[in-house]
Amino acid sequence: MAYSDKVLDHYENPRNVGVLDKDDPNVGTGMVGAPACGDVMRLQIKVNGEGVIEDAKFKTYGCGSAIASSSLVTEMVKGKTLDEVAEIRNKHIADELALPPVKIHCSVLAEDAIAAAIADIRAKRGEGSEASADEAVAV
Amino acid sequence: MEVQEQIKINRDERPSTVSSLNIPIYMDYSATTPVDERVAARMAECLTKQGVFGNPASRSHPFGWQAEELIERARKDVADTIGADPREIVWTSGATESDNLAIKGAAHFNVKRGKHIVTMKTEHKAVLDTCRQLEREGFEVTYLDPQPNGLLDFEAFEAALRDDTTVVSIMHVNNEIGVIQDIARIGAICRERKIVFHVDAAQSPGKVPIDVDAMKVDLMALCAHKVYGPKGIGALYVRRKPRVRLEAQIHGGGHERGMRSGTLPTHQIVGMGEAFRIAREEMGAENERLHGLKERLWKGVEDMEEIYLNGDMDQRVPGNMNISFNFVEGESLIMSLKDVAVSSGSACTSASLEPSYVLRALGRNDELAHSSIRFTIGRFTTEEEVDFTIAKVREAVEKLRELSPLWDMHKEGIDLDTVQWAAH
Repeated sequence: MAYSDKVLDHYENPRNVGVLDKDDPNVGTGMVGAPACGDVMRLQIKVNGEGVIEDAKFKTYGCGSAIASSSLVTEMVKGKTLDEVAEIRNKHIADELALPPVKIHCSVLAEDAIAAAIADIRAKRGEGSEASADEAVAV
Repeated sequence: MEVQEQIKINRDERPSTVSSLNIPIYMDYSATTPVDERVAARMAECLTKQGVFGNPASRSHPFGWQAEELIERARKDVADTIGADPREIVWTSGATESDNLAIKGAAHFNVKRGKHIVTMKTEHKAVLDTCRQLEREGFEVTYLDPQPNGLLDFEAFEAALRDDTTVVSIMHVNNEIGVIQDIARIGAICRERKIVFHVDAAQSPGKVPIDVDAMKVDLMALCAHKVYGPKGIGALYVRRKPRVRLEAQIHGGGHERGMRSGTLPTHQIVGMGEAFRIAREEMGAENERLHGLKERLWKGVEDMEEIYLNGDMDQRVPGNMNISFNFVEGESLIMSLKDVAVSSGSACTSASLEPSYVLRALGRNDELAHSSIRFTIGRFTTEEEVDFTIAKVREAVEKLRELSPLWDMHKEGIDLDTVQWAAH
């Protein structure tokens, strides 16, 4: 099985590998996947006062495509707001990395990781989901 | 267009030379072996007009007689390697076909005595898929679990045998973990109960001694390409005393005593015969050398944290090492070992996304099955290649553990079994 240049590049030069302090109130942590499935991604985002993601870090247990997907995601989210980032779809990731059909699920997991990280930061800020945020506003 | 670009990348990485190393280094001898030059030379003599190209079944002229003579010599070489009579060797297209012929052939022939078959979950797909097909035809199959070390559980085995059991199929040497089953003991049990005993011995020649009489084997599947012969040729040993009878699977001319029709490929058969002859004669010295190289490989990595050897340490062929590197996923490890050709029990590397059924049958949890690498060395492996591999493995595992959230959690003392995973 051949790996695309982009996947290899992310493996050889991974962007933003590391850890943020999960207890930091400005850090959202999303951990998705399961060892039994062979894929676990941890994505962390640091959000500033304006709601912009100023830093992102990842660690992934998984195949080259999974590593590349999560590495790419950290690049994609930096400098964006939470709302903008929620627009990211696995298709964007899969297209950018030229993932073959059998590896599409890696990009899906990366999309899930973003959602989980956003949900975490929102929960920390008491924003909850969009629906309950509206309710909160209504109250 | 993307795919072609990817293929081009691979072609650019074809073997170059670093000192005396050919990169990438081949450590996948269990998958297949290169044809030994001595074997290739013999084969080349049987192709062109100047060579022995005749149809071995041509009774009326020297072209046929010469081909037949070479084939009978090869038949003897194969028979000698397993302690059989040449008349007990049937040529096939490979071990897969031999497995099909043996199991389907014996099951169908004995259908009036019973329709129950016993085998193990760790068998090669050629055996398992054949059994599944027989299940679709109304046969009943018991798939036994191995012990954690990969060896047959004899208590479970004897308990599984019934009055209507007609065929038992157990492989001699396992392709994934290299464990060697106690075939003689199984043979004795089957002989007593008059059950046809089939052994897939594709991985055995040249690695372990084979004696079909001492082992009380009735049918044995063999192939050439695991022992430095060509792909596309194999054989099935079919016992004459006591006679084992099979229903043929391929018809058309009655070749091989009616058991397998089809014009015999002289060049392939000569190749297999020569490969087996060499394997038999050089087995002792080669095994010693491989054992030393394997020890070297193991010593180079055994001090690493959280690594597990899959399969029994002692009851295994010298060239096989199957290791799980915990907290690192197998396919990413193979990708980072780009200069070493190995294979993995990881789901990602199989089309089905399921981890190795062999490792799972051993009781390995899914993570360790996902994290496994199989290294198999062979005739052309050198010390330099082993040292290079050790260095690359250590480097790759370290780098991937740096990237792994599971490694972090392990370092923090978290028991991963207690974690609630948000699986997708």
